[in-house]
Amino acid sequence: MKMLRGLLIPALALLLSGCDAVLFSPSGDIARQQRDLIFISVVLMLIIIVPVIFLILLFAWKYRAGSKAAEQDYDPDWNHSTVLELIVWSAPLLIIIALGAITWTSTHKLDPYRPLDQVAQNRPVAEGVKPLVVEVVALDWKWLFLYPEQGIATVNEMAAPVDRPIEFRITASNVMNAFFVPSLAGMIYAMPGMETKLNAVMNKTGDFEGISANYSGAGFSDMRFRFHSLSEGDFDAWVAKAKAEGTALSREDYLKLEQPSEREPVHYYGNVAAGLYNAILNRCVESNRMCANDMMALDKAGGQGIVGTYNVTSLDAPTRSRLGIADDGRRYVGALCAARGATGEAMTPAGRPL
Amino acid sequence: MNTPDLAKLIFGRLSLEAIPYHEPILLATFAGVAIGGIALLAIITKYKLWGYLWKEWFTSIDHKKIGIMYMVLGIVMLLRGFADALMMRAQQAIAFNGNPGFLPPHHYDQIFTAHGVIMIFFVAMPLVTGLMNYVVPLQIGARDVAFPFLNNFSFWMTVAGGLLVMASLFVGEFARTGWLAYPPLSGLAQSPDVGVDYYIWSLQVAGVGTTLSGINLIATIVKMRAPGMTMMKMPVFTWTSLCTNVLIVAAFPVLTAVLVLLALDRYAGTNFFTNDFGGNAMMYVNLIWIWGHPEVYILVLPVFGVFSEVVSTFSQKRLFGYASMVYATVVITVLSYLVWLHHFFTMGSGASVNSFFGITTMIISIPTGAKIFNWLFTMYRGRIQFDVPMLWTVGFMVTFVIGGMTGVMLAVPPADFLLHNSLFLIAHFHNVIIGGVVFGLFAGINYWFPKAFGFRLDPFWGKCSFWFWLVGFYVAFMPLYVLGFMGVTRRMNHFEDPSLQIWFQIAAVGAGLIALGIGSFLVQIYVSIKNKDKLRDVTGDPWHGRTLEWATSSPPPEYNFAFTPVIHEADAWWDMKERNATRRTEGYLPIHMPKNTAAGVIIAGFAFVFGFAMIWHMFLVAGLAFLGLLVSAITHTFNYKRDYYIPADVVERTETARTEELAAHV
Repeated sequence: MKMLRGLLIPALALLLSGCDAVLFSPSGDIARQQRDLIFISVVLMLIIIVPVIFLILLFAWKYRAGSKAAEQDYDPDWNHSTVLELIVWSAPLLIIIALGAITWTSTHKLDPYRPLDQVAQNRPVAEGVKPLVVEVVALDWKWLFLYPEQGIATVNEMAAPVDRPIEFRITASNVMNAFFVPSLAGMIYAMPGMETKLNAVMNKTGDFEGISANYSGAGFSDMRFRFHSLSEGDFDAWVAKAKAEGTALSREDYLKLEQPSEREPVHYYGNVAAGLYNAILNRCVESNRMCANDMMALDKAGGQGIVGTYNVTSLDAPTRSRLGIADDGRRYVGALCAARGATGEAMTPAGRPL
Repeated sequence: MNTPDLAKLIFGRLSLEAIPYHEPILLATFAGVAIGGIALLAIITKYKLWGYLWKEWFTSIDHKKIGIMYMVLGIVMLLRGFADALMMRAQQAIAFNGNPGFLPPHHYDQIFTAHGVIMIFFVAMPLVTGLMNYVVPLQIGARDVAFPFLNNFSFWMTVAGGLLVMASLFVGEFARTGWLAYPPLSGLAQSPDVGVDYYIWSLQVAGVGTTLSGINLIATIVKMRAPGMTMMKMPVFTWTSLCTNVLIVAAFPVLTAVLVLLALDRYAGTNFFTNDFGGNAMMYVNLIWIWGHPEVYILVLPVFGVFSEVVSTFSQKRLFGYASMVYATVVITVLSYLVWLHHFFTMGSGASVNSFFGITTMIISIPTGAKIFNWLFTMYRGRIQFDVPMLWTVGFMVTFVIGGMTGVMLAVPPADFLLHNSLFLIAHFHNVIIGGVVFGLFAGINYWFPKAFGFRLDPFWGKCSFWFWLVGFYVAFMPLYVLGFMGVTRRMNHFEDPSLQIWFQIAAVGAGLIALGIGSFLVQIYVSIKNKDKLRDVTGDPWHGRTLEWATSSPPPEYNFAFTPVIHEADAWWDMKERNATRRTEGYLPIHMPKNTAAGVIIAGFAFVFGFAMIWHMFLVAGLAFLGLLVSAITHTFNYKRDYYIPADVVERTETARTEELAAHV
């Protein structure tokens, strides 16, 4: 008995610790609604799963060879019953109709692209409150956050005011990752050359964990960041601190930052080159490179024809050595009329540095 | 670029550096494999088995022998794939509190990739194909498959693909991309080494075999059924096999095509899936899942058939709702093409697209649920004998229902946003693949083993194996469900939060229990061979079976049936027994049979060399191997000595021996 208790108590404690798992006790309204959906769908399915498991075990026991039921009720030719077949097909169908309806409405309501209409249950977003825009870039293997309103950027740490809607615009530099703050909202992929969006809100202050939830190579396991949910005042102080302590993030700095590294310490940038996020998204941080949105506009207008296929360039060797980049000079589509060098230095029209 | 470098033309990028002698784990594995391999070869040589193996097995085009070889391949590869699983579980159980574990990412990432690739392509696929190969022609009263040589060739192509994966262990390395090798990570810029090339070529080579074997079995089932066996009188296993092979033929070309595109990106500088020059990785993800989701049903449909056979045989009762079982199978076949996007709800599709695919996914659970109910009502009013196959079936029914429930949870897109890529997902698909496919395969192996070898498998060790697997599965994967709720994602090499460790330790214990389950299965085979006289079955019908394969002797003669049976009922053999039909014992005719050929081994051998040479950029060798492949294939088409007749007196002698045996037994 004592031994049993010795086993039971840790087991129970363990189960309880499973119950306050982060997905069950979220701190953001979106994660909460997503969790509720998990609960609703489980309950709906248990309506059918529990009786089925019970019947499997019951029939297996009751009709085992040699039992009374097996002797008396045995009917080797009984193989059809219209009523039973109707039940067999319609019971799951009814559950799925209910679940399907819930799926359709909830998927639209919780579409990550859709701007929030409430910060919490029964608390609509106050009039005039604009979401905080955070631009997220998954790099190899760290996270870069840009705050266009505040003009700052951070690595592996972000902050947001509590109860204010946040609009994440998400992309990546090189490989696919997934942006995931489990307490805040479900994940969304971060993909190079593409932008995904996530609208979410955090309802509690505190220090939360964010991860990459899609395997992205050797440094993936350490691709974590802290998410600080702060009061309005603390958030302003955090921004001020980033401005004061932070260095500048020029395009050159970004090209260096973009190089693979692991366990990158938190750092701040107080001053961010104009248009950097769009340049990252459109894969044209290097100034002698054509932006993907320009390329698409050009292609839409008919493209450059065969000539366009020769319009290829890369970071030249001196620039690479100046930036300390070991890159093998990956090739990309060149800008059409580059008046500047690879990292934006002024050039003569003939392409010589001034 | 002035003088062509001959060494480079021959050896490509292969050099001694490619042999990972600095990795102690690999070195020890290699030593083990080398010693084991040499011992095996020595035994074969000592007992002069080479000729026997070559004549009776390797070049055999008998569907039964090929089926058995598929099973052996699957079981051998299971040991490799499971060794990977044990290493992953051990790594995750210890890599806490700054302890990096024993597998650095470079090695660990190859292991989880190889685990997935091997378990799906070289364990589950060969085992499923092996069962279909062995059983389907017997169930429909045929003498072999429609294209016997193609069958042998398909098998050896699968072996060649498996060999390529195994070669990556000791020459170079395997992919570090996850089992579906998503670009851009699998692109040339991000993965310049040979790992992804091993991935591409092993799957391409094996894929040829799978596709051809699918075509073969469809033709067999459609054209070679015994007279009287209309579609709605086919055994359910044959039905599910037919649907599976339709899926194979429709889905595998997509895999081939998408891997060709990835190979072009890596070899020819195209930009289908690259980040720049207009490539788009999402295209790859869509295409690979258009193959990948049907693949899940390719694995699970045949075992649904196994369970249908087993549950009705061991309940000693006709299958409940045969027609609805067939329709459910067909509905699943069709729907399996309409759900692929549920593997990436999180990739940013709009709400309407996500809901559409979420709801189609849920709809699949309706026919699947109907199947579960049909098995349930087959047990109702039956006389259930709990032999080993039936134990696996009941274990499956309970476990699979839970896996189905977690699957539907993942099908709700907003819920999937929380659970996608998490250990919850890992737990879910192991729940359906182990609880469904693996349990079904063990049920099938225990069920049909006496047919293939003439003696049963030892029930004691069979039960040990079942209970270790069942308990081991729950202990190993329930903690992963919990970890999923704790926001833990898959493919992690090490962890920071110490409170997670206990769950990983429990999961590692579960993996240990499964190891005992696999061990028990191997012991079961050993013990059964040792006691085969005690376990002998001379009737050919040890379970009081219902379908045609039990009508012939165990093991069946090479021609399966001396007289093609005539079918009146779905449970043809049961029906014959009910009507007291007697075995015909006179009037034998010569039987037309296909002849063995070495062409399959030779062509697949060239394919292996071609794949290996392409991986290492040994383009001269690759060219020669491809030429060899073409020439040997063309030469084979001029081989006119493809068939022979078993003389009537030989048939008579075989059948008379069986008559005497049956008489002595009764």
